[in-house]
Amino acid sequence: MAAPSPSVSPAPAAAPFPFAAIVGQEEMKLALLIAAVDPAVGGVFIYGDRGTGKSTAVRALAALLPGMRAIVGCRYNCDPAGRRGCDESCTVGAVVKSHLVPVPVVDLPLGATEDRVVGALDLEAALTRGVKAFEPGLLARANRGFLYIDEVNLLEDHLVDLLLDVAASGENVVEREGLSLRHPARFVLVGSGNPEEGELRPQLLDRFGLSVEVKTPQDLPTRIEVVRRRDAFEREPESFAAHWEKAGARLRRQIVAARARLPLTLVPDAALERAALLCMALGTDGLRGELTLVRAARALASLDGAESVGDAQLRRVAAAALRHRLRRNPLDEAGSTARVARAVDALFGA
Amino acid sequence: MSGGMAAPAPSPWQDALHVAALFARDPHGLGGVVLRALPGPVRDRWLAALRAALPVAMTLRRVPLNVADDRLLGGLDLAATLQAGRPVLQVGLLSEADGGVVLLAMAEQRAPGEVARLAAVLDSGVVALQRDGLERTLPARIGVVALDEGMAEEERTAPALADRLAFLVDLTAIGLREAADGPQATGLAVPVASVRAAEAVLEGLSAAALALGVFSLRAPLLALRAARAAAALAGRREVSTEDAALAARLVLAPRATRLPQEAPPPEAEAPPPEMESGPDGADRGDAPAELPTPEEPASETPGLEDIVLAAAQAAIPAGLLAELRLADGMRARARLAGAALRPRAALRGRPAGVRRGAWRAGARLHLVETLRAAAPWQTIRRPTIGQGAASDARIAVRPEDFRLRRFTRRARTTTIFVVDASGSAALHRLGEAKGAVELLLAQCYVRRDRVALIAFRGRTASLLLPPTASLLRARRSLAGLAGGGGTPLAAGIDAAVALADNVARAGDTPLVVLLTDGQANIAADGTPGRPAARLEAEAAARRARIAGVRVLLIDTAPKPQPLARSLATLLAAQYLPLPQADASQLSRAIAGASARRVA
Repeated sequence: MAAPSPSVSPAPAAAPFPFAAIVGQEEMKLALLIAAVDPAVGGVFIYGDRGTGKSTAVRALAALLPGMRAIVGCRYNCDPAGRRGCDESCTVGAVVKSHLVPVPVVDLPLGATEDRVVGALDLEAALTRGVKAFEPGLLARANRGFLYIDEVNLLEDHLVDLLLDVAASGENVVEREGLSLRHPARFVLVGSGNPEEGELRPQLLDRFGLSVEVKTPQDLPTRIEVVRRRDAFEREPESFAAHWEKAGARLRRQIVAARARLPLTLVPDAALERAALLCMALGTDGLRGELTLVRAARALASLDGAESVGDAQLRRVAAAALRHRLRRNPLDEAGSTARVARAVDALFGA
Repeated sequence: MSGGMAAPAPSPWQDALHVAALFARDPHGLGGVVLRALPGPVRDRWLAALRAALPVAMTLRRVPLNVADDRLLGGLDLAATLQAGRPVLQVGLLSEADGGVVLLAMAEQRAPGEVARLAAVLDSGVVALQRDGLERTLPARIGVVALDEGMAEEERTAPALADRLAFLVDLTAIGLREAADGPQATGLAVPVASVRAAEAVLEGLSAAALALGVFSLRAPLLALRAARAAAALAGRREVSTEDAALAARLVLAPRATRLPQEAPPPEAEAPPPEMESGPDGADRGDAPAELPTPEEPASETPGLEDIVLAAAQAAIPAGLLAELRLADGMRARARLAGAALRPRAALRGRPAGVRRGAWRAGARLHLVETLRAAAPWQTIRRPTIGQGAASDARIAVRPEDFRLRRFTRRARTTTIFVVDASGSAALHRLGEAKGAVELLLAQCYVRRDRVALIAFRGRTASLLLPPTASLLRARRSLAGLAGGGGTPLAAGIDAAVALADNVARAGDTPLVVLLTDGQANIAADGTPGRPAARLEAEAAARRARIAGVRVLLIDTAPKPQPLARSLATLLAAQYLPLPQADASQLSRAIAGASARRVA
């Protein structure tokens, strides 16, 4: 695997903390890996205590992901194997060159203005040459990759509405300054937040396929390990990254293998039925929960190297796929996880 | 120097000066200082000490309250852009302060969005700018001094920010006389980066943090950096035991939520155990089992861990823990309040910036911002307007330039009446409740508030009147309210909390008015039985308090009952015995309660 050069976004000040070096937080790591194997799972929402490495994990994902083939010169990273690309450089049927690029993991910072998110006229071209040119925004850059919003619960409402619309359609429609264009914007939405800072709108919450809850570890050895690794990383980032390179490469191979296996992984009728029963027992609204549960279990099975989805996979992803879809019980926040666990135990036997 | 035999304990002022000296060694690494003090000579002296400790060239930038994003993060410099004919970046305060320290005035008043922007910059050391057609990553390795001028207990620097700043210095109790000049820097200092810390220091600080109930993992990390800074300040290349102890005292002690070896907090006058089920309190009960036990180091010399812990413990001010429990309760409350602060698309209220959008009926156009938005595009728009007409002097404004004023609205109050309509509540009470609801509704026309009504009787609670400001609807549903049957109090409280939560999500502020005599006799599953029903009602009351719902409990028993009063305590509710209440008295009491909330 060629080492992807970080040319997609302006190079951050330092290399990110390696994904493999994150201590604990297994559910969060698993959810991100599942989304990396099958983007159709539909996004990950990470919420919980401060200082638990929520954004660290997402930013680390960029360095972990295997590269992807994209059409040379396409500003939307269109897939050469895709049925249809965007409407500018990659016309259907034409012979195109492709190259390997890193999977984009795009940060949507708070305070971003709408023109940078959606894309707008290129200001420089307009001012200097009087030319109308489209300058793609963050949605274009995130196409086929990940769009990450830290503190997603604090994002301005009008940006949230816009994101929901694009995430649902997979396409960004731009109508401004006499420009009228559309381009593909299929991305995995990853959000993180702390429920104490304000809660997420239910429409947005429902848009995330998986939701994971992170808690500060309470046992001393784990906590010491977290502090030790973080400190080592900050003092000598290069040698720390080198030390974890091998573990990262192993994870990367696992993702590649799982992606290849995904179409071959079977979902037996028994598993479908189990998933349906579980959703019925929990009274989740709509079919989205069931669908996500099955997809996530299938991605997990291919990560595990299993031939078909079994109870083991359903059990492990049930909480992440369903906890944010339960009919809201405002009386206990922690309760939704416990409710899923109870239903799982009742159905699969403790 | 080992554990207990430290010379006279340093005064708070000396500690504060220590903090200034340490922070100055590594402003970005240590994040910063929450400086809790009113403006005045003591705070000025501390700031002067900090300035003296910082390198001469280092800038101290002040970030005013309600600073707009284009000043905080940066944006398009419109004047320069138009003059130069190409996009010119205006750098924001945070990247201007790169390598220096920013002073955050009135830190306790900062909105969550502002705090989150600062937190992102503190974490990454850069400003990721995605604004006004510009995209830049600008270095911003800053330290923050959060000037916290809060007086009341709940006025505090946002936890999201405080968590990232190593130190909390409280100058409120320090008099001018105590705030004399402190020790000067020795000049021996070595670079922080060259200081090594033994594994034992890292482990000791981590253990001490856990023992003190400091759960965020940033705290031990910041303590470790503080220990390095302390060593660097003293000219050592290796962190010593004193350095670690100092770091524990200055970084960990102010964050403590419990005393070491404290069993689950004594329950004498403390709130009930449900307080513990806060976001990070789930495992608090069994954590002390893993703490270093006091008898362990009997034979050896005290380990570093114990010294560090002792140093931190000595610095925990008396009464801190009681304060923290209070703060816990406040936090639960803040959640609902936070939701209430975000009403949708308000057209009136306090101005809160501008946004792009279609100019629909009722929206208020921000003319200056609209013209600003249109200005850069004039060159390319010019050929399309007029075609030779004398339109050169005009500015071409397109719909996409429209900038609308945003407002934050004063949250409406929705008063949720929860009426005990059981047989035990005398029927005439029901009449009074009806009267009070009607009176309140009449006031709603003036105040634009709403009311809702939940009644519980028989086996369940039912929502008779969803939140409304319509007098007619309310009268109709009230007329249909019959009395009699058992008292499913738990069901009533739960229903009220659920509705209050919905109300808060819609952007309103809920106030629950519970009219009951406290005599529950139907359990949540509908089975009769006094003891079970009572336990469930109490559990429901605790849940309501955790949810942060504001409650006014009106005791409707002919003689005020201890039952209702204890229920009010569990709910953290205002208690009002109204043995001879009439409707107008009742509505006055409610108006008083909601006014108090606003005040």
